[in-house]
Amino acid sequence: MSSRSASSRSSSSRSSSSQSSSRLGRSIALHLFLTPLALIWLFPLWMMVIFSTMPDRGIFSPSIELLPHGSFLDNVSNLQRDTNFIGAIGISVSVAVTYTFLSVLLTSMAGWALARYQFFGKGAVVAIIFGTITLPYAVVLIPQFIMVARDFKLANTWVALIVPPLFNSLGVLFMRQSFSMMPGDLFDAARVEGVKEWRIFLFVALPLARPMLAALAIILFLASWNNYLWPLLINSKPGAMTAPVALGTLIGLTKVSWGGIMAGAVMLTVPMLVVFVLLQRHFVAGIAAGAIK
Amino acid sequence: MRYQNATAYRFLAPYLLIFSIFWLWPIISSFLISFQATRTVPWRFAPTFNWGRLIGDPAFFNALKNTLLILVIQVPVMITLAIVMAVLLNSPLLKARGLFRFAFFAPVVVGEVAYSAVFRLMFNLDYGIINKLLNSIGLPRIDWFSNVTPAMAVIMIAVTWRWAGYNAIILLAGLQSIPQDVYEAATLDRVSKLKQFFYITLPLLKPIIVFCAVLSIIGTMQLFTEPFLITERGGPGGGTETLGLLLYRQGFRSLNFGYASAIAYTMAGLAIAISLVQLWLTREPK
Repeated sequence: MSSRSASSRSSSSRSSSSQSSSRLGRSIALHLFLTPLALIWLFPLWMMVIFSTMPDRGIFSPSIELLPHGSFLDNVSNLQRDTNFIGAIGISVSVAVTYTFLSVLLTSMAGWALARYQFFGKGAVVAIIFGTITLPYAVVLIPQFIMVARDFKLANTWVALIVPPLFNSLGVLFMRQSFSMMPGDLFDAARVEGVKEWRIFLFVALPLARPMLAALAIILFLASWNNYLWPLLINSKPGAMTAPVALGTLIGLTKVSWGGIMAGAVMLTVPMLVVFVLLQRHFVAGIAAGAIK
Repeated sequence: MRYQNATAYRFLAPYLLIFSIFWLWPIISSFLISFQATRTVPWRFAPTFNWGRLIGDPAFFNALKNTLLILVIQVPVMITLAIVMAVLLNSPLLKARGLFRFAFFAPVVVGEVAYSAVFRLMFNLDYGIINKLLNSIGLPRIDWFSNVTPAMAVIMIAVTWRWAGYNAIILLAGLQSIPQDVYEAATLDRVSKLKQFFYITLPLLKPIIVFCAVLSIIGTMQLFTEPFLITERGGPGGGTETLGLLLYRQGFRSLNFGYASAIAYTMAGLAIAISLVQLWLTREPK
């Protein structure tokens, strides 16, 4: 209301402020377009939360419910009755934490080598990394499965969930970029002092790269937390499933609590949303790094 | 700069080891497996067994058709939407920027299973909120999952919702790397905002738009979870079955690794073709 009167006021005194009136008009148009789009975009997340607080007979009733109810904890216990979701969350958290630590270490070591040393075969290594970005994962899926499940007999173990996804091309490119932007004098000074290369990496380069490591860690944690296809194939035994896989087994069953499924979806999603809000800058940096040089 | 082979490869060793075992060998191996008959033990070399079956398999062409249909509709819609989001989020006129960023970027952290479950429930025939809302404004409800066209629409809506913000993040970073003085000069010359968008923003953003498009095409090409969970294993009657789902069914339900590998290499061939188009589109002008 107030913005409309402001707009008419400023257009009446057009001679003095036509610039600001057109700015105001554009600003109003911008918000009129973007607000409904934002509400549509938030709607599925909002409904996920609402469903998770509704009893099943409420979800499957003809009335339109858009506000939260009080059955979240009942839904959690319904979910726990349908599948051991709390146990699966435990596996997911442990796997994601271990994976993130190892993957950050591996990708930053590789990124460091590519950024800071001249060596035979460097071009080939870079070409491999770029090449795999656009290669469909489907091409390696079947042999990976045969190898891990049949040859190594590692199905339904943590190793199976953690080790094969450790190859990560965007992370290496990101860390290579981060290390090559650092001033080389710093490392040379340490070398003159006789500091060993691995100590320079560990105690000089890594601390300097802390913001980039944070961005990378968040992206890798999220990738592991949400990973579905590989864990679905390799860890399908009930006690070895990750949380998304356990939840996925319930979707499509006939006698299952949908309030429970939604409570599970909320438990998978809301912690990540909180992390996203708190660390949005790192998040955005990590994703944008894929494309921006 | 002098060569430091030993030091460099010591840092690269663990990464390259993982690469060799879990990527390099599988890439070769699945190519070899695609030329073997794997339904009988021991596997035997039969070069036309899987590839011959592939070119005569209606299920394969159905999955290929569905995948390409989703590609040509969903990816352009999503990229356009992502460009619009990025440009508008970048506007200096925008208030409550944080809220808008949250709204569009939040789906990026939502897992495939969680959002598939929500979309399945939202589009439920009798009790889904979408049909209830359609009813409440006097429109007939839609049987989303029993007919192919609306089922495909749900898949495309879901994927677009999940990934538009992801692309917008990349595009927004690209927009912010365009120097401001270009726009200031254009504004002084009284070039309209719309013209600035088409003659400055889009050309400068082109390499990033192409990058987003290629990543989206390759991601959508491997679409699996959405038709697996939202439309119940590619239903109705295979109407939303994708190449990813067919590969899963052949490889891990029927344990027909040879045929599944042939499907995987078909996807790789498509991906390589698309990457070549990308290289051609973003080539340096001579």
